Amino acid sequence: MRRSAIPVLTVVAVIFSLWYIACVPMNGQWTRDQAQRAGEELSFPTLVADTMSQDRPRLPAPHQVAVELWNSTVVEEATGRRGLWNTGSLSNRSLIYHGWVTLSATLLGFAFGTGMGILLAIGIVHNRAMDQSVMPWAIASQTIPILAIAPMIIVVFNAVGITGIIPKAIISAYLSFFPVVVGMVKGLRAPEVMQLDLMKTYSATRAEVFAKLRWPSSMPYLFASLKVGIAASIVGAIVGELPTGAVAGLGARLLSGSYYGQTIQIWSALFAAAILAASLVGLIGLIQRITLKRMGMAQ
Amino acid sequence: MSEQPVIEARGLDLTFETNDGPVQALRDINLSVAKGDFVSFIGPSGCGKTTFLRVVADLEQPTAGTITVNGMTPEAARKARAYGYVFQAAGLYPWRTIGGNIRLPLEIMGYSRDEQRRRVAEVLDLVELTGFEKKFPWQLSGGMQQRASIARALAFDADILLMDEPFGALDEIVRDRLNEELLRLWAATSKTIGFVTHSIPEAVYLSTRIVVMSPRPGRITDVIESPLPRERPLEIRDTKEFIEVAHRVREGLREGMSDAV
Repeated sequence: MRRSAIPVLTVVAVIFSLWYIACVPMNGQWTRDQAQRAGEELSFPTLVADTMSQDRPRLPAPHQVAVELWNSTVVEEATGRRGLWNTGSLSNRSLIYHGWVTLSATLLGFAFGTGMGILLAIGIVHNRAMDQSVMPWAIASQTIPILAIAPMIIVVFNAVGITGIIPKAIISAYLSFFPVVVGMVKGLRAPEVMQLDLMKTYSATRAEVFAKLRWPSSMPYLFASLKVGIAASIVGAIVGELPTGAVAGLGARLLSGSYYGQTIQIWSALFAAAILAASLVGLIGLIQRITLKRMGMAQ
Repeated sequence: MSEQPVIEARGLDLTFETNDGPVQALRDINLSVAKGDFVSFIGPSGCGKTTFLRVVADLEQPTAGTITVNGMTPEAARKARAYGYVFQAAGLYPWRTIGGNIRLPLEIMGYSRDEQRRRVAEVLDLVELTGFEKKFPWQLSGGMQQRASIARALAFDADILLMDEPFGALDEIVRDRLNEELLRLWAATSKTIGFVTHSIPEAVYLSTRIVVMSPRPGRITDVIESPLPRERPLEIRDTKEFIEVAHRVREGLREGMSDAV
């Protein structure tokens, strides 16, 4: 743990310093214009200090994003008029609320996408016709830009009266089933010929071969796919929130932030999404470690 | 030995269709194996010894001729669970313990829990792996893994044991020990064993009959009835009889090679 901490912290420190340095040229023009208009002389330290404390910077400084993240989560819920402390329900101004909206759509879509991915993979491995026909369609489905198809899914579902979490979860599933199909087809075909022959000498049925050989063999592949799939699920859920008119969710925060030039809000929503994705991937990694260890397959 | 043969092949041919045209893996194989025999198949690679074993196990289909196993077609024999098969590699499932691996065929064949436990303990004792039931395969040496895979093939009551170069990947010291154990097992269980090898001493030491095969096309060039007694200590390999049989096997192999070239 300690051995990996030092390189990671070094990289983080480098990124943060580059970020701080970049704030000066990115936001400096606005500071200089203001000073010129006021007829003031601008010293370099003042310029640097100002580029990191503007209300609507082109590039917010890391500490501004951190403060915004803190304010729009803990502070908002603890002290806000509509916060959890005062009303007993999450505030619609807080990132916890919007994060939960996105998370619930992500998880539903992920569950749906994973289930569909596994079923398709089982079909592909066991049925020759599906083997020949499904993969090209699965690949084709991923070549369509999600930004183009997401509004149509939202509109079509809206027209039949389905709104809210379901259309978003479907967009999310649309992105996450693909890595699961690809990984699981590979995983279910992972057993060697010899192991399949062995099952044949026992006159095992296809269902037994699946349950006792193919499925356990595919576990490492499944977890690798799930990690890619969950990240794709979050992207899907966020994209699904964009065309709904920015009602709720991290996607809505991104969109409304860009409407009103609230760069700090955009960046904090971005970070919230990144933290969410990282925790979910980490969670899957943890489940993977526990499962493979219990199966005696831990590396 | 007046009973019907356990394995009987008559005019067996097998041709593989490959991209480079047909390859005749077996030609005109005639062989009958009696109950309780220990038959070794020896020959250079490509002589069809493994293919023949796979035909017996219904893992390959012959293109001509007839073969019966326990008086049935190989398919019927496989479905009747007439044989246990040991492959070149142990092929244990890494996610199952040694006990779990041995239990695998028993689960598939529908033995009760108690019966499974009893049989696992019994065959573990037979291959001298008692106490390793809860270990995972990677915790065992190659020789122990191969013994576990033999235990797996013995766990259910098949009276035929088919072994495809089971000790090929092991070093000679381990191999000698496993050969001795295999003879002891054979004596204890009175199974019929079909054993593929490319080691002359191994074939001579183990077998009651040695089938010498040659390649392109795969065919039988000699069948040697071993004059050695059933009781065989390792030292038997230094006796005159042993060396004579080994010599005859070597001659057979050389002959097969010379008409192939």
